[in-house]
Formats: sequence, C-alpha cells, structure tokens
Amino acid sequence: MSTFHVLLVGIGGFFGAISRLWVSQFISKRFVSDFPAATLIINLMGSLLLGILVGSGIEGSLYMLLGTGFMGAFTTFSTFKLEAIQLHMDKRKKELILYNVLSYGGGILLALLGFELGMLL
Amino acid sequence: MVYILVGAAGFLGASLRYIMGVFLFQESAVFPFATLTVNLLGSFLLAWLATGLMVRFSLPAHIKTALGTGFVGSFTTFSTLSVETAALFLNGKTALAVLYIAASIFGGLWMSRLGFQVRKGEETG
Repeated sequence: MSTFHVLLVGIGGFFGAISRLWVSQFISKRFVSDFPAATLIINLMGSLLLGILVGSGIEGSLYMLLGTGFMGAFTTFSTFKLEAIQLHMDKRKKELILYNVLSYGGGILLALLGFELGMLL
Repeated sequence: MVYILVGAAGFLGASLRYIMGVFLFQESAVFPFATLTVNLLGSFLLAWLATGLMVRFSLPAHIKTALGTGFVGSFTTFSTLSVETAALFLNGKTALAVLYIAASIFGGLWMSRLGFQVRKGEETG
C-alpha cells in the first residue's frame, strides 16, 4: 500500500459520494415512493459499472481511482441495510424480500453482464 | 456546501475502507472477508448514528448527511460485493458465493438491528 493509492481511493470516494447524493436526490424527487428505489438503482448501476471496469482488465492506479474509490463509494451497503431493517420493523415483509432479491440477484447478474461487456472493450 | 462536506467525508470513508482491507486481510484470500467486515461494521455504525447521535444531539442537517451518507455510506460498498460474488460463481465456488450472500443478508440486518438496540439500551440504562 502506498500513500498515493490511498489518495487515489480517497479522490474517487470524494466524487463517488457526491454522485450518490446527487443521483439519490434526483431519483427521490421524481419517483415519490415508500420503497427505497434510489439506493436500489444506485447499487445496481454501480454493480454493472464495476463489472465493466473489472472485465476491461483495468488494474493498478486507475482501478484504485475508478473502482475501489469511485464505484466503491458511489454504491453503499450500510444505507441498504438501514432501509431493509426499517422495512423489517414496519412489518413490510414482501417489500423487504423484494428489496433483497432485486439488490443481490440484480447486482450479481449485472456484475456478470458487466464482465462480458468489459471484455468487449 | 453539503456536496463538499459529503465529498470530504466520502474521501475519508473510502480511504479507510481501502486501508482496512490492506492491513487486515490478504489480497489473495479465497473468501472476501475485507468487504464483508467493512460492510457489517458500517451497517452497525449507520444504524447507531441514525438512531442515536443524530437524534440526541441537534447537529446541523448537512453534518448529519456528511457523517451518514458521506462517511459511512462510502466506507461500505455494494458494487464490490456484487463483483466478488459474481467472480466466486464464475470460478465454480458456488458454496462460498452462497455463504457470502447469506452472511451479507443476515449479518447486515443483524448488525443494523444491533445498532438500533445499543442506542435503546443507552437511553434506558
């Protein structure tokens, strides 16, 4: 690990976090719903894009910046779980199951699709 | 203003995730312990912050957003989890992939719940 790599991940994280906030506000304003659609869409988008990065064979510094930094921070696990536990506590079982199936199932499938697309680049 | 704060917090969250991954685990590990650990830790932290610190102290809204959305949001990650699970499936390590998903689903919910409960305990205790 070098300080340079930490810095690259941090810079990617700076823009990833801002992009997540921006996209999340954009989606929440347009689709008013009880279902946590913003986090779902962000996590699915990020899974596809990170899959493409990995598939294209990007490594080293560029991967630190775009992959570990930007995509890592753009997507989030903690907010996803906080929303899921709230659905659980509100006894909205169907939505909780749907949220998990769409997030994990969709995320893995989109990552696989990303690998394929990335290899074409 | 809130964007700059969230970005700065995202810088710290993402860097910390990377540093923890490098120090605690080997890159060649078969099972993605590094991502699982930061994700579970972050799930606890966000629930604890959201129900405790941010409720008890009247912090300005943009500070709350920076801490929760910026710092913890960027410390944890979902894209890496998806890509790691997809890679496990591709490499024929189906059992490990299923274990990883199960640990993320149930471990994450459990840690999030623990974050809520710790705060409740602090209030009554």
